[in-house]
Amino acid sequence: MAKREVMFTFPRQLIKEPVIYKLGKEFDVITNIRRADVSENKGWVVLELEGEEKAIERGIAWVRSQGVRVDPVPGDVVEG
Amino acid sequence: MSYAKVLRCRKCGQEYSLQPVNVCEFCFSPLEVNYDYKALSGVISRDKIMSGPRSMWRYCDLLPVDEKAVDIGTGFTPLVKADNLGRKLGLEQLYIKNDCLNPTYSFKDRAVSVAVTKAIECGFDTVACASTGNLAASVAAHAAKANLKAYVFVPSNLESGKLIGAAIYNPVLVEVEGSYDDVNRLCSRITKRYNWGFININLRPYYAEGSKTIGYEIAEQLGWRAPSYVVAPAASGLLFTRIWKGLDELAMLRLIEPVNTHMYVAQAAGSSPIVNSFNAGTLHIHPVKPDTIAKSIAIGNPADGYYALMVARQSGGGACAVSDEEAIEGMGLLAQTEGIFAEATGGVVIASLKKLASSGAINKQEITVVVITGAGPRTQEVLSDIVKPVTVQPTLESFEEKFNQKA
Repeated sequence: MAKREVMFTFPRQLIKEPVIYKLGKEFDVITNIRRADVSENKGWVVLELEGEEKAIERGIAWVRSQGVRVDPVPGDVVEG
Repeated sequence: MSYAKVLRCRKCGQEYSLQPVNVCEFCFSPLEVNYDYKALSGVISRDKIMSGPRSMWRYCDLLPVDEKAVDIGTGFTPLVKADNLGRKLGLEQLYIKNDCLNPTYSFKDRAVSVAVTKAIECGFDTVACASTGNLAASVAAHAAKANLKAYVFVPSNLESGKLIGAAIYNPVLVEVEGSYDDVNRLCSRITKRYNWGFININLRPYYAEGSKTIGYEIAEQLGWRAPSYVVAPAASGLLFTRIWKGLDELAMLRLIEPVNTHMYVAQAAGSSPIVNSFNAGTLHIHPVKPDTIAKSIAIGNPADGYYALMVARQSGGGACAVSDEEAIEGMGLLAQTEGIFAEATGGVVIASLKKLASSGAINKQEITVVVITGAGPRTQEVLSDIVKPVTVQPTLESFEEKFNQKA
């Protein structure tokens, strides 16, 4: 089992969509929300994903395909 | 000896012992070194600092390491009064903190010197980083000095010329076939699997503290006072927050008067998530895809962006983004007025200063310090079209004809 910390940023049109629920249900990934801020026109969620490495990869690819931005936590590692 | 006490989560306050770990396991927010300031205030003084070495290690009491420092001669770089540039911009008390003059030509030496010293304390025999330039060179140089093995990870599309400054120290250069994001992901996974000191991942809280020394030096070199304005660049935002922390700590320890410095953050318009949030009045940093010639500040998802934003806001400062063209103009302006050849990031800072000065944000009679973080020669390619020599025949006549000179 692998773990990955990520931040999802939701555009306005996806705020009402149960993206995290579907990620858990359809990709067999355990989602564990640690921090979040969601309002009527924007939203971000910091969460831990746990599951098989391939399932996490597939899940993240699906979340991206829905229009959600996925970024690593706690930020970029590559520096100048 | 060090007065560092614990690592504390900047968000939820959870405390951890001084181990190689960078994020809170509860909320995934960054951890920060906290000190026993009460004990520190009893031992530290201006005299004690001034009797120390002429390097960043004169502030060793305020840094989180006990081991003998891995020092290649970093810090105590010049703070020069920039009268020519000041005249151009209408600023009477302008100073430049010239961190081009560190051993590997950037401010990263400050952070890496502390992080590599900590790596030895933690018992690591290998240090690593992911970088496209300045950080790579600094890590490789410090590893050489400390007899540690160094791994430097780079994206595969990087021009090999960019890595000469690191390769000379003979680290293991690992070219990752994939995107910038792929390098980020691989390095995070390597940190979890290998017992290495990853300079800006698991050693990041210590790495961060090295940057405070810029703040200390500015205050000491101004005769133990904080400036009214600081203009500094931001990539991850770490340096910007630590300049502020450095000034704030000196005031807390009563080495300077209470700080009333307005902190202005400068970014390239092609990679300005912190400036965007400042201008939008939001608290959340929306990551962006970087597109700028100022590669050393091209970070789209800044780890300390939120905290840099808070410093700019709470200090009564601000934020400024400039185009690549303005940055190149800024490089020329700095070189042609003060004789300092900075990298493109320096151009971003000078162009931002110019904007801030002309908008009236800066009171021209008060002390303003701009922070120049890296030297120009490493990224000469951004200036390829400036060399335009006048050709003459090897005769006096030809010279005088071309330049209309008479003896």
